[in-house]
Amino acid sequence: MFKKATTSLNKTLLTGLTTLFSSNMFAAWGDLNMTEGVTAISKEVFDLHMLIFWICVVIGLVVFGIMFYSMFAFTKKKNPSPASFHENTKLELAWTVVPFLILVFMAIPASNTLTKIYDDTEGDINIQVVGYQWKWQYKYLEDDIDFFSNLTTDWDEIYNKTPKGEFYLEEVDEAVVIPVGKKIRFLITANDVIHSWWMPDFAIKQDAIPGFINTAWTIVDEPGIYRGKCTELCGKNHGFMPVVVKVVPQDEYDAWVQEKKDAAFRMAELTEKDWSVAELTERGEGIYLKNCVACHQVNGQGITGIFPNLAGSDIVLNDKARNIEILMEGVQGAAMQSFANQLSEVDMASVITYTRQAWGNAESGDGEIVVPKDIVEYKKPKV
Amino acid sequence: MSAVIESHNHDDHHHGPAKGLTRWLYTTNHKDIGSLYLWFSFAMFLIGGAMAMVIRAELFQPGMQIVEPEFYNQMLTLHGLIMVFGAVMPAFVGLANWLVPMMVGAPDMALPRMNNLSFWILPFAFFILLSSLFMEGGAPNFGWTFYAPLSTTYAPPSVTFFIFAVHIMGASSIMGSINVIVTIMNMRAPGMTLMKMPLFVWSWLITAYLLIAVMPVLAGAVTMMLMDIHFGTSFFNAAGGGDPVLFQHIFWFFGHPEVYIMILPAFGIASHIIETFSRKQLFGYASMVWAMASIAILSFVVWAHHMFTVGLPLAAELFFMWATMLIAVPTGVKVFNWVTTMFKGSITYETPMLFAIAFVVLFTIGGFSGLMLAITPADFQYHDTYFVVAHFHYVLVPGSIFSIMAAVYYWIPKWTGNMYDERLGKLHFWLSFIGVNVTFFPQHWIGLAGMPRRIPDYALQFADWNMISSVGAFLFGASQILFLFIVVKTVMGGKKATPEVWEGSRGLEWTVESPAPYHTFTTPPKVS
Repeated sequence: MFKKATTSLNKTLLTGLTTLFSSNMFAAWGDLNMTEGVTAISKEVFDLHMLIFWICVVIGLVVFGIMFYSMFAFTKKKNPSPASFHENTKLELAWTVVPFLILVFMAIPASNTLTKIYDDTEGDINIQVVGYQWKWQYKYLEDDIDFFSNLTTDWDEIYNKTPKGEFYLEEVDEAVVIPVGKKIRFLITANDVIHSWWMPDFAIKQDAIPGFINTAWTIVDEPGIYRGKCTELCGKNHGFMPVVVKVVPQDEYDAWVQEKKDAAFRMAELTEKDWSVAELTERGEGIYLKNCVACHQVNGQGITGIFPNLAGSDIVLNDKARNIEILMEGVQGAAMQSFANQLSEVDMASVITYTRQAWGNAESGDGEIVVPKDIVEYKKPKV
Repeated sequence: MSAVIESHNHDDHHHGPAKGLTRWLYTTNHKDIGSLYLWFSFAMFLIGGAMAMVIRAELFQPGMQIVEPEFYNQMLTLHGLIMVFGAVMPAFVGLANWLVPMMVGAPDMALPRMNNLSFWILPFAFFILLSSLFMEGGAPNFGWTFYAPLSTTYAPPSVTFFIFAVHIMGASSIMGSINVIVTIMNMRAPGMTLMKMPLFVWSWLITAYLLIAVMPVLAGAVTMMLMDIHFGTSFFNAAGGGDPVLFQHIFWFFGHPEVYIMILPAFGIASHIIETFSRKQLFGYASMVWAMASIAILSFVVWAHHMFTVGLPLAAELFFMWATMLIAVPTGVKVFNWVTTMFKGSITYETPMLFAIAFVVLFTIGGFSGLMLAITPADFQYHDTYFVVAHFHYVLVPGSIFSIMAAVYYWIPKWTGNMYDERLGKLHFWLSFIGVNVTFFPQHWIGLAGMPRRIPDYALQFADWNMISSVGAFLFGASQILFLFIVVKTVMGGKKATPEVWEGSRGLEWTVESPAPYHTFTTPPKVS
């Protein structure tokens, strides 16, 4: 009977614990600590973190131990007449020197790891990472691949209109793809404000600063999809520009590179095609929702005082040339960036056409559309 | 000649404080100005706190519920600016005004009219800052660290008002510091040598020098921003040949001493309170002074530990890591001294002592996470995550703010002549203590697990602890209403306080009656 009671108690405890640890109420304990990551460096950083953590815990236990002992043992009730000592040179010297030695003990491995991280030679693959408000651009310097990586989480999920998916705020339309076992070097910079490229699993966090190129490198041996985030406040949608890296075997990587090159060729062909207004507007809406809504809003009305209204704007209504120019060059001294390198000729033409057609603009303006050839024309060097 | 002066003094003695509003507008009395500073900082604490509530309410669940990302950024910016420049700093200046003259046996601050001016420009600074909320484009939205070019080229138009407000705050701080230094250097009672000064006075002397050293640097930074925005310069604009990282160097050259400006006076306060309620002389007075001086000097050579990820060369990273770690030595000395003061004391636990002990423990926890953050390779993972948020809130909330609350409970009987309600005081302590830990302790974990700071929405794995953190924040926020109630109740009345107030109190301020008369030490006391 006694035995039975203990077994059932054990069972209850066990189920209790399992529910506690596995339920959605509390995340697993692994989610409460720094990730060990998947590279030699990230594992070293993790060990360093744990070493310092445990040193702090031990020091804390000793200091707080003495403190709590004093708090209980030397109350006015238990010790009505206080001692009168108020200095002790030897003791004071000891607690200056000993902590110093502990610090030296911590500084040595920390300095070693740091030196390894700074061993920054040319990589097998060099990828330029450019931060934009609020997306990342990746340029593969050797293979001439160039694309933008945007958050794909739906705004309806963010505004709680539809259930949130598994990788809420951590999913993008196009991940950086790298092969296993190769030294990848990231050359990190920014186009507008300061961003920061953080990939916890590689222990890389490097600020992306306009006018500077910072470098970071990694060698990853485990294929997988790794997720990180922008970690420098970069404006309104700072929370919505994740970093996703896909690590694949070498052959898969080679196939991906080939596929990217083919896609670029197909895109060039599209430019030559004759486009109808409906086709352009339809394509343009998608581009607009991905690249423009953050500032100019779905209704095109922007935010008074910072982001201009496009619905009924004179330029959008009647000034096609200036309209193209703004998208190609950006606006100096304002948040409007140049989209010349971000959008293909087709996408550029369709998004301009969309803004000139939507929100009643076609009716109140000249209704002129922009076709890909206009953009090609604009890009031609002028004599 | 001397007869004229005497008769003038004689006149003064029969005039108490003026009546009505003009008493406060025209006052040159250090006690009045001290009270003004303290009430002002409390008002700012509530406003900045309300903004923190908005932030925590938005973060209560994943998804955008209450505010838009744009407004969220304005809240986190104003919360930081108001708490640093509006709540913590003026509260310490208020305490300095009340206490420094009484502690050194001086009749008033050395420069009473400047004292009036340095307070009365502050409300205007914060009026300007807060009015930016109603401007086109909204309030500053670039974080309290206002990194360029987000705060220049990409800033809302209200940034110009922000710059003006920062200039006024800086002028106020500089005037306040000059006043503190001149008072301490020239107006100590006969016999009070520097090494006999109470530690709060020492801590403020060092703080005042830090302020004078770094406030002009901040003024320089915002002026360069102003030039970039309005006069076509390119200090921080890469496209014009400028350097965005330069901004960070300048900002943190101000910013790091600034964080010690917000903690050194707390060290002084904790030393007095622990000494009093342990009924035992403070252990290691001289080493306390040296520790504070070392911390102050080191604070000028560690600024780049806020910038480990901007791409500094290896040599710089190593230097700033080592220099930062070194700060743990003098800080450790202070903690050991406090603990040893309690050892073999005769301790009672009135509200000020509870806050002071919590200060020591929780500030030390903030110190540990600070040491972890100093380790550059690990900082690559911690930097700009909630781990940093947890760290600096541990040193600022249960650090600076608990010390200010401790100081209020400790000295309010001297200020008002009435004892506060001990039962309510303890209730306030426990609610705050629980609230602060529930709020900020889990933030260590969510930071380590990968949640960046300054984001209005987060991935789903951070949901549980964010909710708990928000609950803690609401508890902490609500318990400050209780604090307001306790203070008002004490001002209105209560058990009368004796001149020494506490059994173990030491120092000149406890030799005058409670409440302290409008004019104290018109003839200097003798210090043996």
